[in-house]
Amino acid sequence: MLLEVAGLKKSFGSIIVADDLGLAIAPGEAVGIIGPNGAGKTTLFNLIAGSISASAGSIRFDGRDLSGVPPQGRCRAGIGRTHQIPQPFEKLTVFENLLVGAVYGGRKAEHEATQSCGEILERLGLLKRANTLAGSLTLLERKRLEMARVLATEPKLLLLDEIAGGLTEGECAELVATIRDIRESGVAILWIEHVVHALLAVIDRLIVLNFGRKIAEGSPKEVMQRPDVHQIYIGIEA
Amino acid sequence: MTGWLDALIQGVLLGGLYALFAAGLSLMFGVMRLVNLAHGDIIVLAAFAILVVAGKLGLDPFVAVALAAPILFVIGFALQHVLLNRTLGRDLLPPLLVTFGLSIIIQNGLLQIFSADSQRLRSGAIETASIPLGGGIAIGVVPLLTLLSAIAVIVVLNMIFYRTPIGRAFRATSDDLEVAELMGIDISRIFATAMGLAFVVIAIAALYLGLRANFDPTIGPARLLYAFEAVIIGGLGSFWGTLAGGVVLGLAQTIGARIDPEWQILAGHLAFLVVLALRPRGLFPRAQD
Repeated sequence: MLLEVAGLKKSFGSIIVADDLGLAIAPGEAVGIIGPNGAGKTTLFNLIAGSISASAGSIRFDGRDLSGVPPQGRCRAGIGRTHQIPQPFEKLTVFENLLVGAVYGGRKAEHEATQSCGEILERLGLLKRANTLAGSLTLLERKRLEMARVLATEPKLLLLDEIAGGLTEGECAELVATIRDIRESGVAILWIEHVVHALLAVIDRLIVLNFGRKIAEGSPKEVMQRPDVHQIYIGIEA
Repeated sequence: MTGWLDALIQGVLLGGLYALFAAGLSLMFGVMRLVNLAHGDIIVLAAFAILVVAGKLGLDPFVAVALAAPILFVIGFALQHVLLNRTLGRDLLPPLLVTFGLSIIIQNGLLQIFSADSQRLRSGAIETASIPLGGGIAIGVVPLLTLLSAIAVIVVLNMIFYRTPIGRAFRATSDDLEVAELMGIDISRIFATAMGLAFVVIAIAALYLGLRANFDPTIGPARLLYAFEAVIIGGLGSFWGTLAGGVVLGLAQTIGARIDPEWQILAGHLAFLVVLALRPRGLFPRAQD
């Protein structure tokens, strides 16, 4: 297993956001996570990426225990995360944003980084924006940059947080194609998404969270047909 | 007329010194949002260090600074890594308190060791050498070197910030600390490196402080004030702005002194107030900051 999460617990005051949470992801696998707002999805990402620490439980990545490993160490180990609201380094150019990831996260020498970042920009259709300040990009471009920058760190596991939200159908389809591409290059994906049809186009397995607990897991089709999941989902749509 | 022209030229040259005081402060604030209240005292401490090294080894202060620069880099790096990184966070008070404490410790430590006597760095004939410009105006070699050094420091800092991987990391970290960590940047190392760099700039500032005038352990806070004023006048986040801020301050002081010698310091502070009232974000603010 690439990622193994077991018995994870976290609460903010009296609100429990992770309750005995466990999941495992194999190398190259694509797994989706759905659940209502406040179910603890983003918290799970923050715990895996090391932005916050759990009160109990363990996270192992690539055979290594991650407890006590700071975010930069987890990035270098191969965990890359994107944010629901893209957070580019606004005063750096698009290309510089990627170079930061490649040099510090991907441990590359400057000339190698220049090469690989150019390729990633091309792949994500951002090449002509390479020298634009990231702060002046459109939402779609920001989302692409968010992906491009994390790819520059050469992750083995990509944590995508609602990357398809707020996009038009056409933009969404393009993004899905890109994510499939990334997945085919061998990167494992853990993807939180409210836009379910985008998710289902990519993933092998689906996990449903509610109140910090895993309430369902299995093949996307089976999980989506379960009445309890259906009920929660109607809840979200309303 | 000659007198006024002379005041203008001397003011610009004095601005070079203030820009050197301010560049280190600007660097620290720019990268780690650290307001270093001990900045002036650290400059004075560095001046004493140069005095001791130059005296004990019989070196010229210029050579002593070149030797001391790597050592000061390490001291700055360690200070940030061991002490100041612990104070940085959401709360703005701890770094202020800790650097204020450092300021008191450094001042009193220096008083204890060196007494309150004025000191001066000695570098032979260069100290009094000057270049006549005709019309009764001459510019001192040391003031001219001060300004040229300030420009050189700012050119080099800009190159580091905009042309190197570490500079990119400085800017990324200052832009978004948490995302910088997620991108693999070890921010405590980046901060420590920035402080090391700031200490090298401080060493250069200390050299000219000691060559141009007498110094004693108590003059740090006033240098801090000039450095602050230069940074604010110039606009936060821009090194060239810091140079411009230093020059505005220097000009105001020499023009004030020209009107009445007692007005020198006051005129500088007044110029600062005027800029603050008319352009609260400074003359050359970086967009969005």
